[in-house]
Amino acid sequence: MLAELTYKCPLQCPYCSNPLEFAGGRFKPELTTDEWCRVFREAKALGVLQLGLSGGEPTLRTDLDVLVSCAHELGLYSTLVTSAYRLTKDRLAALKRAGLDHVQISIQAVDEALSDHVAGTASYREKIAAYHWTKELGFPLTVNVVLHRKNLHQVGELIRLAESLGADRVELANTQYYGWAYHNRAALMPTKAQLGQAWQMVQRERERLGNRLEIVWVLPDYHEEFPKPCMGGWARSYITVTPAGEVWPCHAAGRITSLTFENVREHPLEWIWCQSESFNRFRGEHWMPEPCRSCPRKAVDFGGCRCQAFLIAGDAGVTDPVCSLSPHRKLVDAAIAEVERVTAAEAADWTYRAAPASRAFAAKG
Amino acid sequence: MSVVSSDAIPRVASKARLQWDEVRSRYVLLYPEGLVALNPTAAEIMGLCDGARSVADIVGLLKQRYSAVVERDVAALLDGLAAKGLVSYGP
Repeated sequence: MLAELTYKCPLQCPYCSNPLEFAGGRFKPELTTDEWCRVFREAKALGVLQLGLSGGEPTLRTDLDVLVSCAHELGLYSTLVTSAYRLTKDRLAALKRAGLDHVQISIQAVDEALSDHVAGTASYREKIAAYHWTKELGFPLTVNVVLHRKNLHQVGELIRLAESLGADRVELANTQYYGWAYHNRAALMPTKAQLGQAWQMVQRERERLGNRLEIVWVLPDYHEEFPKPCMGGWARSYITVTPAGEVWPCHAAGRITSLTFENVREHPLEWIWCQSESFNRFRGEHWMPEPCRSCPRKAVDFGGCRCQAFLIAGDAGVTDPVCSLSPHRKLVDAAIAEVERVTAAEAADWTYRAAPASRAFAAKG
Repeated sequence: MSVVSSDAIPRVASKARLQWDEVRSRYVLLYPEGLVALNPTAAEIMGLCDGARSVADIVGLLKQRYSAVVERDVAALLDGLAAKGLVSYGP
């Protein structure tokens, strides 16, 4: 389960997966400490064992240590997903005492200038300090980097940075186009040549490092022939709870306006998981149209991503347009072709993820 | 493939946690972004990895409890988890 504790964030990364309208009324007021602890209890009873504490920036919640301790007492394995901005060693130590299991800290590039430019906030030095504290305090550490046109050439250096920090895992997450990333797609999407070079580097580094450092490569799915098995299938093993208690089968699903999502303030989590229309709508295979229905890959990729179908084809109930068999694949090909045509210097500017821009999106509806 | 020696002392890696899961009625080994659900044999072996017992000690204890215990099978289980970084060996 991913608990998005708040959508407030001091960073402004243009690929943020949060909703464009995160600053709008739909995501307020935030759940209280007691409400979150109840949600954690209900999640544990449902079988949840892994808990991501995310956001926005989860360390902005002043009750974070209470939430961590509540999760720990329940036996949830907790991961803090943070930018580490303004995080102190004392705060990290307090979270360790509260029972936090694992820390994931993002970085936006291997060098300070580019990292701070992408984040829209001077944060690189604080991140580097926090990586060291995390290891000094004995946490397992994941270094997370979202990859796009401006930093993909740094993949080798990023892996070596994670290695030098003593990280256990490095997540090289090619941008997935949802939320702000979908809005900024033209500025973020890399060329095929960039992706090819980066992938070769990843393979070389995996060979060199063996199991000393786990390198997770999140596929650039637009460039694949078949869609990703998004979330392992709709509502099969994953729940996102948003800051004001709406429950989604993934962190992008709230964008699907043809569905109504339930709230933990009104229903128990178990009812939402088992009974709600939104969780059952695309569960299993009954909803699948052709070409998925008769395709042997439907048990492998579950029809791909519902959010992507909604964003690109305008219908959450069709085959993921990334699939080469989808009648909408030409829309994905057109986006890729546009990137190949435009040089990096000519590429559109991105919109930073920030509250004023978000309020404008929310007002537009 | 090399097999762990009898006098190595296996322990659950610091990033992993062994616990009983009521919902699945199984022991699970939790670690960053993942879990392994253990069968009863694997769970018993992991429970004996206390950071003091050697592989030989663990095999000895298992032999007191069961008739057909093969040291190579115990070592293979531990090596499999060690390859995932979930078990570490010490002297």
